[in-house]
Amino acid sequence: MDESVIDRAVYAELRDTTGAEFVAELVDTFIEEGPGMLAELRTARAEGNAERFRRAAHSLKSNGNTFGALKLAALAREIELKGLDAEPNRDAAALAAMEAEFARAAAELKTLRNG
Amino acid sequence: MAEHSARLLIVDDNKVNRLLLSRSVELLGHRIALAENGRVALDKLRKEPFDLLLLDIEMPELDGFAVLEQLKADLKLRDVPVIVTSSIEGLDNIIRCIELGAEDYLSKPVNQVLLKARIGAILEKKRLRDQQKALVQRFATPEVAEDLLQSGFALGGKRVHASVMFSDIRGFTALVESQGPEETIELLNTYYTLMFDAIASHGGMVSQMIGDGLMALFGAPLPLDGCARSAVAAALEMIELIEQFNVERSAAKKSAIRIGIGIATGDVVAGYTGTQQRATYTCIGDTVNLAARLETHTKQAGCALLIDDATQCALNGSVPTQALGEVQFKGKGAAVDIFAVVTGQPA
Repeated sequence: MDESVIDRAVYAELRDTTGAEFVAELVDTFIEEGPGMLAELRTARAEGNAERFRRAAHSLKSNGNTFGALKLAALAREIELKGLDAEPNRDAAALAAMEAEFARAAAELKTLRNG
Repeated sequence: MAEHSARLLIVDDNKVNRLLLSRSVELLGHRIALAENGRVALDKLRKEPFDLLLLDIEMPELDGFAVLEQLKADLKLRDVPVIVTSSIEGLDNIIRCIELGAEDYLSKPVNQVLLKARIGAILEKKRLRDQQKALVQRFATPEVAEDLLQSGFALGGKRVHASVMFSDIRGFTALVESQGPEETIELLNTYYTLMFDAIASHGGMVSQMIGDGLMALFGAPLPLDGCARSAVAAALEMIELIEQFNVERSAAKKSAIRIGIGIATGDVVAGYTGTQQRATYTCIGDTVNLAARLETHTKQAGCALLIDDATQCALNGSVPTQALGEVQFKGKGAAVDIFAVVTGQPA
């Protein structure tokens, strides 16, 4: 397992303070909700809606931090702070990187949840 | 369940955040309700009471800043404590939350130990404030309590137009001597409950209770349109309630009680008198003295309710009255016209 995707200490603390069963449920919710937030980013980018773009990034950052998905959170934070790029292609590249990172985080969280 | 279980409203547009905060709060023994944006939160707050709000900032429809602003502007909601839970960027945004009245700011993900400490401290503060409010309301009227909470306490008075009412139980001393003290206290409690109810339902407030007597104000501390009419309507209701009470007393083989009421209308000086440590809200002036004299005079006049000329004029014929001519009261320069209001109480 790649420990750089999910910070084990953050995840362990979350599990210890809220319970293993609850964290499993929370992970499932994140895996369900994540694609929607990523899609929201794509839509907001296409519509040029800066407010929605920033808010969706903010949400992903917040959830990334909760689970210890630090790289995902960092990528989301970058987008939140920068907002819509004047050059849409640069945003497309950033979104693709974030989607890939979300997939990695989701896979690893699934393993951790079952572990 | 915690010893002091509270009800919290969690406001967050993100489902993972809502679930996690719910779990954290429930683990502390509190009950929760959820809202997914600011608009839903305000709707819920206006429908049911909450002890504390956990509020996210970044939300669609209505964000956390707007919620804080609306809470602050709402008399009924401005005392609901708020902890902002957010991962918002920028110190200036956090400062803005505090300036808008948030009690505290916790960044997400929220540390469970910190959350427990903050919720505990805020609920304790709220409990003390609620206790203080309840205490003020027990010893003052809701109007005075509200006036105190709004404008703070200052000795001194202001001139207002008001109707002043004095009322007491006839033959109270003889009544006290004929029964035990426990029975007297019980009688007084029932009597005051009935009188407070009648006075409050017509917009008046009881400013003093002395033994079996009371003084009530209509038009202070808050202005009251048609204060004279309200005072007379309250007096008639008081007499009516006493008559109903007498039916119960007579069934219990107890003697009937009678009350005498005097009402005068005019300018009074209303405000707080006393010391910084102990003060009372009251009215002074000729109108007050006249109302007291009228109440005393009910015994001589043989009627339950006497009013002065100004009150009689303000009634504008809406209530039947009987002119009793001029009476020279002690301490009054000139004789004054007085009127009896026709009531159901036997003379």
